[in-house]
Formats: sequence, structure tokens, C-alpha cells
Amino acid sequence: MLQVENKRRMIQLSLGMLALLLALTLPLSMAIGPMNISTVDAFASLGGALGFQIAEIPQHISVIVEQIRLPRAVLSVLVGAALAVSGAAIQGLFRNPLADPGLIGVSGGAALAAVAMIVLGNSYLLFLQAWLEPYSLIVAAFLGGFLTTLLVARIATNKFGTSIVTMLLAGIAINIVTGAGIGIFTYMADDNQLRTLTFWSMGSLGGATWETVAAAGALILLAIVLIPLKAKSLNALLLGESEARHLGVNVDKVKRQVILLSALAVGAAVAVAGMIGFVGLIVPHLVRMTLGPDHRYLLPASAMLGGLFLLCADMISRTLIAPAELPIGLITSIIGGPFFIALIIFRAKRFSI
Amino acid sequence: MSLVADNISLRIGSKLLLNNINLTVEPGEFVAILGPNGAGKTSLFRVLTREYSFFEGQVSLNGRAYTDWKPQKIALQMGVLPQASALNFPFTAYEVVLLGRLPHSTGRVRDQQIALQALAAVDAGHLADASYLSLSGGEKQRVQLARVLAQIWLQTDTGEARYLLLDEPTSALDLAHQHMILQCARRLSREGLGVVAILHDLNLAAEYADRLVMLKDGEISTQGSVESVLTPERIQSLFDVAVDVIPHPKTQQPLVISTAGVHGL
Repeated sequence: MLQVENKRRMIQLSLGMLALLLALTLPLSMAIGPMNISTVDAFASLGGALGFQIAEIPQHISVIVEQIRLPRAVLSVLVGAALAVSGAAIQGLFRNPLADPGLIGVSGGAALAAVAMIVLGNSYLLFLQAWLEPYSLIVAAFLGGFLTTLLVARIATNKFGTSIVTMLLAGIAINIVTGAGIGIFTYMADDNQLRTLTFWSMGSLGGATWETVAAAGALILLAIVLIPLKAKSLNALLLGESEARHLGVNVDKVKRQVILLSALAVGAAVAVAGMIGFVGLIVPHLVRMTLGPDHRYLLPASAMLGGLFLLCADMISRTLIAPAELPIGLITSIIGGPFFIALIIFRAKRFSI
Repeated sequence: MSLVADNISLRIGSKLLLNNINLTVEPGEFVAILGPNGAGKTSLFRVLTREYSFFEGQVSLNGRAYTDWKPQKIALQMGVLPQASALNFPFTAYEVVLLGRLPHSTGRVRDQQIALQALAAVDAGHLADASYLSLSGGEKQRVQLARVLAQIWLQTDTGEARYLLLDEPTSALDLAHQHMILQCARRLSREGLGVVAILHDLNLAAEYADRLVMLKDGEISTQGSVESVLTPERIQSLFDVAVDVIPHPKTQQPLVISTAGVHGL
């Protein structure tokens, strides 16, 4: 009996465990926050929200659970899943386990557009802001991320197809440009705008409402459902582009679809939650180290672990210095940075990067 | 049913890499492509394997032009082993070979049997559970070959002829495995596959191939049986190196020996 057969069973078990853990943590997170709500009350009002009248719950508690904590928890799971799945898919596409959705320009573009909207929102872009309010920031970030990715992909495409190396270079160049643009807007900003854009750049799920969940969720779910359908093609792509082509994979189509779906999901995630770093990098890594690189398992496992990771990070964010909130981007970066360093050392020891 | 390259010319920038190439590979024959560095061997290989699509002329597979085939259908009957592999993720050798079954829908159990048989066919059965990244260059090359063999392991449903295209399959292998791989390729050609291999070693080509194709400066300088192609004058003019061709002491096949390094001749 090959190890691979045992491995498959282990993987299926792990996927089940992850799903179970997520299903348990989500309702538990209802009980955690600046206001004390007992686990029983949290479960009861959650039941009420789903239409099961379990027990009498004070009005203010059920409002907090249904209108504040539940949309926030759902949004953190969605954003975490979006970042992790896109990260895993982009790493497969670039055949580089250290790649990140930011490489294709989506984060930089989203940040530049959001900062522009914050700084110019009540002057040059007033007409846009007035038209889109209260979603002006979300729409700007999403469009910024999406259009930048399209630009990067366009630069990297010629008669030989889309070159991943050129795309990497174009992404780096675009990130420099967007970084400079953000710097210029930061320089122009007044004190109040400076505060807004600083907090936006550190990420927060505090603005979660059912409206943002619905808007971002639609785009994110699209990616979470459709990207795993490309799992086998992504596996073949790990062998190399020409190898994948010889195995009958329509390489250019897969590249286009994965980049488009990732840009949609990450653009939506950045738009509603700001800049949340490292989830797209460390979550797929953790999964790959335990379950292996097979995208058929890597993608769904990354989605679930990413959701779980961000759900827990958000719980830390709203309890650590309650009643104030520590921006979630700081938490993921505090965990992610050292993890990444450890990863580099570990990899350098085993096989050079 | 055959693999036909008809009047192929390939230009990248202002450089003419291939000029008027006509080549036919019949099922059941083993064709070796030879030539000095820069002669266009790899360019021709890339045209034959659909990696380049911007050439003049036409390549057709089993009677239909490449452009009329769906890529997925070509993958059912044509296995290609490129030179170097970029795989940088810790699949096991067995998982790599299993990827070769991607174009097919024969079911998991059958695919797993084929993957193990293909690994055994390249003397890599003992590597099945090893991480691909831990393998040596030669072992990687054999595992990649097993993947390509797994891809064309079974007769196609439609009975179309299968083809195996190898770009320098022996480059990283020791002597024993060089012969093992080429024996395997020849055995497959005897089972009815059309086999094309780029080779550097003239004697290996002479030993295993049915037909040699000599490229020089993007053109076919000569093609034909081993005896007709491997003459001292031709090799000297192509490779610019002094050689003798003598009959093999046992098989009487042509044997190319260099005299370039022999002093006082």
C-alpha cells in the first residue's frame, strides 16, 4: 500500500476537521466582544436569527448579535477565505510558493484608489463620492484593484501568451508607482484624512453590515466556488507551462480565469476590510506543509483555514484593547511577519529558495 | 495516420530559425533528430509539440492540422517530454506520474495502476513515495518520462496512433539508464507508437533509431537510414570534427569514433 493512499485519507479527515472547527468557532465568536454576552445567549439569538425561537433573549443582545457581530464574523470568514484562496491560486500560477496576490498589483491599485478617494473625496472627486456614498471607498478600492490587475496582465501579454515572469516584473513596477501615488496623496492629506487613510491601511472589519457582506460576499463566493474548479489545471501548471499544455490544459485560459477571479475576490476583500497582510501567504503555506501541494485539497482547505484564521484574528482585534479595537491588519502582520521569517530560514535549510 | 511537418519555416525577430522543413513520422518508427548546437533542433521540437504557433507551413497529426484539433484531444495521443522541469513543489514521484493521467477519464483505480507500471518501466518504482524535490537530476528525468508514458499508456479509444516526443531524454542519465530509456522508447515504437527524440550522441542514435534527421542552420541537411546518414564526410561537414565511421565489431552497425583528439594521425 502506497503512502499516498493513507495520505488521501488523512487529507479528507483534515478537511472535515477544518469544516467542523469553522462551524463551531463562528457561533462561539458571537459571545466574544467588548460587551459581555454569554455563550448560551449568543447561541440562542443566533438561533433566533435563523428562525428558531429557542429562548427569550433581551432585545439589545439579539440586536448586537444579529446586526453587529454576525455580519462581522461572516465578513471576516469571507475575507479570510478570499485572501487565502487567491493566494494559493496565484502561488500555483506563478509556480512560486512565496508569491502573493499583491504581486499582480491588486492590493496596490486598491490602496491607491482608496487613498485617492479619501483625500480627494470632498474636492476633485466630490461628484463621485456624492454619487456613491456610503460605498464610495469600497467601489473605489475594488475598481482600483481590478483595473490595476488588468493593466499588469495586459503588459505581460504578447503573441507568446501571458508571460508570468513579465507579469511579476510589471507587478513590481506597478507597486512602486502605486506606492509613490499613495505617498503623494498622503502628503496632500489634511489631519483628518491622514487619520482615515492610516486606519484604512491597517485594515478593519469594523464597518461590517449585511449590505457589505452581500456586496463583497457575492464576488468572493464566486471566486471561492470557481477557483477550485481549476485545481487539476493548476496541478498540471506546477509542472511548467509547456508541460501543462501538453497535458491538454488550456494554459492561457486558466491564467486569465485565475487572475480575474483572484482580482475580483481580493479587490472585494480589500475594499471592505482595507489592507490585511500575510493571510494570502501564510495560510496556503501552512496547508501545503501539512496536506501537500495538490490543489484539489489545497484550495478548499486554504479557504476554510483562511476564514478561521481571520475570524480568530478579528476576535483578538476587538478584545485585546477593548473597548477600543486594534486594527486587524496589524494582528495578521504581527503573526505573519515572524512566521514568514521562520519559513525562509526553514526553506533555506531544506532546499534553497 | 502520421505526424507530418509540411514546409515549416520559423522566424523570431529577424532571425530565420527553421527554413522549409519537411518531416514525416510514421507510427511504429523511431526517428532521431541530430545536429550541432543552434541547428534548430529545439525550435523544430517546439513547432512539432505546438509550443510555437506562429510558424509558416503546417503540422498535422493523424491527418488533421493542429489547428483543427482540440488541445485536449491531442493530449490523449501525444506525450511530450521537454528538456528541463520547473517543478518546485513537494509532490511525491508517484503524484507527478499520476498527473500524466490528467487528460484521461479512466478512473482513479486504473490511473493508479498505470502510474505504478509507468514508474516501474523507467526503473523508478522504488521512488514512488519519495518527494520529487529530493530526487537527483537523473531520477527526476526518469520520473518525468514515466509521467509522459502514463499519459500515452493505453491505446486511444478512437484507435488513433500515439506519439512520444522526447527532447534530449538522456541528458541527465548514467550509461545504464541512457540505454534503458532508449530501449523503452524503441519498444514503444515497436508497439506502434511514433517516437521522435532529439539526441546528441550519434552512437546512441545509431543503435536505437530507425531513421536519422540531421539539421544544420535551420534546414534538414540529410535524413534517412542510419547507414546513409552517418558517413565521415557528412559528420565532418556538419559538426566540424574529424571522425571515422567503422562497423560495430558485433552488430556491424556504424560506429562513430572521433579522431580529433588523436595526435600524430
